[in-house]
Amino acid sequence: MTVAGLAATFGSGAMTNSIDELESTDLILATGTNTTENHPVIGAKVKRAVRRHGTKLIVIDPREIDLVKYADIWLRQKPGTDVAVFNGLMNVIIAEGLYDKEYVAGRTEGFEALKAVVAKYTPESVEKISGVPAEDLKKAARMYAQAGRASIIYAMGITQHITGTDNVKSTANLSMLCGNVGIEGGGVNPLRGQNNVQGACDMGALPNVYPAYQPVAGEDVRKKFEAAWKAALSPKPGLTLMEIMAAAGSGKIKALYVMGENPLLSDPDLQHVAKELQKLDLMIVQDIFLTETAQMADVVLPACAFAEKEGTFTNTERRVQRVRKALEPPGEARADWEIICGISSRMGYPMTYASAQEIFEEIRTVTPSYAGITYDRLEKEGLQWPCPTVSHSGTKFLHKDKFSRGLGLFTALEYIPPNELPDQEYPFLLSTGRVLYHYHTGTMTTRARGPVERCPESLVEIHPEDAGKLGIADGQKVRVTSRRGTVEVKARITEKSAPGSIFMNFHFTEAPVNFLTNPALDPTGKIPEYKVCAVKLEAA
Amino acid sequence: MDTKITVTIDGQEVSADPGQTILEAARSQGIYIPTLCHYSKTTNVGACRVCVVEVENARSYVASCCAPVTPGMVIRTNTPAIRAAQKMIIELLWSSGDHNCLTCEQNGACELQDLVYWLQIDKPRFPIEHHGYEMDNSNTMITRDLNKCILCGRCIRACNEIQVNEVLDFANRGSYAKVGPAFDADYIDSSCVFCGECAQVCPTGAITFKQAKFAGRPWELSKTRTTCAYCGVGCQIDLYTKDNKIVKVMGNRQYGPPNEGSLCVKGRFGMDFISHPDRISKPLIRHQKGEAFKEAAWDEAYAFIAQRLAAVKKEYGPDSIAGLSSARCTNEENYVFQKFLRGGIGTNNIDHCARL
Amino acid sequence: MSDTFILNGKETPYTPGQMILEAAKVGGIEIPTLCYLKGSTPTGACRICLVEVKGARSLMAACSTPVTPGMEVFTETALVHQARKLNVELLLSSGTHNCLTCEANGNCRLQDLAYFYKITDLRFEEKAASDIYPKEDRNPLIVRDFSRCILCGRCVQACNEVMVNRAISQGYRGKESKIVTGGDLPYHESECVFCGQCVEVCPVGALTEKKAKGLGRPWEIKKIRTTCPYCGVGCQQWLHVKDGKIVKVTAVEDAQPNMGRLCVKGRFAYDFIYSEERLKTPLIREANGEFREASWDEALDLVAEKFKEIIKKDGPDAIAGVSCARSINEDSYQMQKFFRAVIGTNNIDHCART
Repeated sequence: MTVAGLAATFGSGAMTNSIDELESTDLILATGTNTTENHPVIGAKVKRAVRRHGTKLIVIDPREIDLVKYADIWLRQKPGTDVAVFNGLMNVIIAEGLYDKEYVAGRTEGFEALKAVVAKYTPESVEKISGVPAEDLKKAARMYAQAGRASIIYAMGITQHITGTDNVKSTANLSMLCGNVGIEGGGVNPLRGQNNVQGACDMGALPNVYPAYQPVAGEDVRKKFEAAWKAALSPKPGLTLMEIMAAAGSGKIKALYVMGENPLLSDPDLQHVAKELQKLDLMIVQDIFLTETAQMADVVLPACAFAEKEGTFTNTERRVQRVRKALEPPGEARADWEIICGISSRMGYPMTYASAQEIFEEIRTVTPSYAGITYDRLEKEGLQWPCPTVSHSGTKFLHKDKFSRGLGLFTALEYIPPNELPDQEYPFLLSTGRVLYHYHTGTMTTRARGPVERCPESLVEIHPEDAGKLGIADGQKVRVTSRRGTVEVKARITEKSAPGSIFMNFHFTEAPVNFLTNPALDPTGKIPEYKVCAVKLEAA
Repeated sequence: MDTKITVTIDGQEVSADPGQTILEAARSQGIYIPTLCHYSKTTNVGACRVCVVEVENARSYVASCCAPVTPGMVIRTNTPAIRAAQKMIIELLWSSGDHNCLTCEQNGACELQDLVYWLQIDKPRFPIEHHGYEMDNSNTMITRDLNKCILCGRCIRACNEIQVNEVLDFANRGSYAKVGPAFDADYIDSSCVFCGECAQVCPTGAITFKQAKFAGRPWELSKTRTTCAYCGVGCQIDLYTKDNKIVKVMGNRQYGPPNEGSLCVKGRFGMDFISHPDRISKPLIRHQKGEAFKEAAWDEAYAFIAQRLAAVKKEYGPDSIAGLSSARCTNEENYVFQKFLRGGIGTNNIDHCARL
Repeated sequence: MSDTFILNGKETPYTPGQMILEAAKVGGIEIPTLCYLKGSTPTGACRICLVEVKGARSLMAACSTPVTPGMEVFTETALVHQARKLNVELLLSSGTHNCLTCEANGNCRLQDLAYFYKITDLRFEEKAASDIYPKEDRNPLIVRDFSRCILCGRCVQACNEVMVNRAISQGYRGKESKIVTGGDLPYHESECVFCGQCVEVCPVGALTEKKAKGLGRPWEIKKIRTTCPYCGVGCQQWLHVKDGKIVKVTAVEDAQPNMGRLCVKGRFAYDFIYSEERLKTPLIREANGEFREASWDEALDLVAEKFKEIIKKDGPDAIAGVSCARSINEDSYQMQKFFRAVIGTNNIDHCART
């Protein structure tokens, strides 16, 4: 997602800068990230920057998240209107001549096309689309452009839209326009939601690339991997997760091997996903719990939790860090890599590694950005890739002096409305996300005493105005219905979401919000539009 | 340009940066000055006075954590008078609360206890008068026993300056002073988000981890440094374990980035799942669709999978097989997984939930 | 199978004459103890090892109750747990048991039990300071802090049955009870020979090593197992070390030849290691008859040169070596090998004859 958007613009898809830099930069623009709940430790750094360093903070978010309390300016856009808002910001900056002309001239391309498109997005027209008052937009644009070093942080609020890739590119446009990419304290910084999403991407757990984003369709690259792995490799890019599900439904995919994922709670339009998975001839799931997905499998293999194995994770700022074994696994559970090797060897493709470290040594040989990283070097502190040699100290921020692709590419983008907006039948706009006390599909946090004590069940956030109209009281059960399904859940009356919008989390099996969500995908990133769908509400 | 200034500490010439405190200058030379309320990278408050030193020509003893060095300053950290003063300070702190280590979970990891030992105090000098505060045991994560609080204020600075949650502060004055959330509420009824930073920085047993109570004394625990498995920040954490169970999770400032010792509620209190009875401990096979799972040996499970995958591949080709890797697994595992699908099966149908 | 009894519902073998405690241990059940001292007569003083015996009038002390055929014993019932906890609470009222200033903190059986039984408050009031015998530490080695003593009698057993020095015993009665030497004299004026076995077995902080005070808490210490360098017994001992310094010495339990015992030298006479008079550099005598400090290279060169000179002039038998009975085997072997193979003489002996 992020990878698609940022790779097109900069040539490399990852957080450009380091977490640490947030604390001493001049301005932070936080959009589509409820940082204090989803990345609390980064949230603390943002708050520290504001309170202790005097950093300015602009929040662009439809919900009144905790960071709003700390913000100089809060732009509350209607969900899914991000491209318009960013175009509006750039409109003001270009119109008022506040952009970094030298940087734009020397380090980027595509500016004229961008300029032509954003010219249409005057603050007044953006106000009509997004609901953001024109004056606030102007203030924010000026503050961002005049700040010195400015960092943009974003998360799933930007990416989980059918225009997710466009949204990401918009943040990159703005950042480049003011010369903020390639400097300390600047950059475009996606805060990755899963602990090792960065590493999974780096390692080539993607249908179109090998480790370190080397394309499977590239002849030379494929030859290199064929030699390294001693196997004939397919030149045909594979299917993405959502396409795999669809292909399972249509009978093209017969066997599915799932390692530690729970698509039966995390994917949109769940009832449909369940039907698709039932058509498989063979489903193998390895996990630590008998998840919703595992319950449908033909074979379930018990895996080690993170505290029971050795290895590395790569965090959101590209920092490769050690995972160490502190506990023995329950029963006969094994580390995931051991299980894969066991299956592979029995399929006539022997993989025999003595340890995670031995695998890492192989990774270094085929992954140039990891070549300089060793377990020994990681002992005291993680290293940030690219780290091409053992004497290289890692890379704090990317694109210094030169982008990975040469020049930074502005992409002129038009605003496209969300796929499914409220109408008379389904008058409310539903956004989904996480809460502080839980994580993803809840397999871990719903089995932890503290988090469950603080947040025992799913809640739907409803604005008091709407609650009043519908006669719904705090704590009352309500029925939320979309074109795809119905979920019953307790109401929480709060002004956090704007009138007409409701918010639900996807942590609880008991209230599977993904019965409701819209599986419409971003055409490039293939990410579903979790942040916007139309629902109706009634007291249950 | 040399902007260093020279001071004398315990007869030793020490070069220091202007603006450095006496404490920092001394520590940079390996000279030990005890502290309690001091917590680096937060405001120096000079509340506990344990760090007092003698400064020549100063009117009184100086709290070294707050006093900046000045050129030519002559400082003594270890005179009998300083030791006597430190002893008195610790004895007074002792008398202000219920500091019986027998029933204290912090026994063995308490900075007040460490100083009692270091100063070789062997009996209480002042009558012990503690307040008989009710314990705050209202939540499952953090226990507060204000009878053990020495009002050093580290929890307050952790909450306001490190985590910036702005929940804790001092209330009342004089001997009624206490720390806590607004309106003297219990944590559970306050705006606390249970990051646990206050308990991590508490030098005594006033704020402790409830689930760690009676789960093992500090000297019985093993410590393993690892990376938190929740969000993408990748916080460096220490798992404290005993008898194959996690007793508590701590941050460690020495580890540096990305979290400099801070954690959130999930990393700190969200690890119960690891030893949860729901964990799968044996391979399970469903031999026919619609049948129930049966436990199996690893060899049996591997053979079943290998045979079935080979059959699918033979009949429908490698692209009829797909794999979902995991953003929750290690790099090594993701690498091996995609290598298996690409090299072993022959398909690029591999993805994970990066998109979700 | 004739000799069995029922342990927590399970038929368990035992040896006739065995106490419940030992038979349970063999059967895989650990019963907590406090006063029990392996190898000496059980006293049943502390009542921590209480168990339920079917048909018995009251709970029985497992350390001193012999198993009888078919006896039904329960070690983990709620009643047992409750009684043990109560006994710990009562012991806690016997003096001052605040670990804050106790040298035994972190190495205290009473503390362990209080933790195990999850004791959060002192249920019974502690004995008043005025009713506690004053601390006795007039000797240089052992501190006797009666405020910590729980009168378990392990020190008495150790002195009388393990070391048979017969220097201490239970004295007085009731709340006046005290562990005393003959005539209730201070240790240094008594029959005590300072083997320190009483300190070794004390489960609390009543008897502690005076020299160890302030040098390091149990959790800061590294234990190194070694063999005592004094007499030919070769006692197995633990050196407790912190920051490169010995904090104290204890005996290795259950290991030959000493089986947990030490004498005054092995336990307390390690101070020489830190003597200011230790040789720290090679010394060479100058022409003026005075020693001067020299480097290793200089000293070794000099010795080698002199040896070569003598061998050349007067032959190898003009050189003799005195090896050392205090050194390790490896040193003795090297020494004789050096004399025989390098110098070329059998003039090598050591103090075995003196």
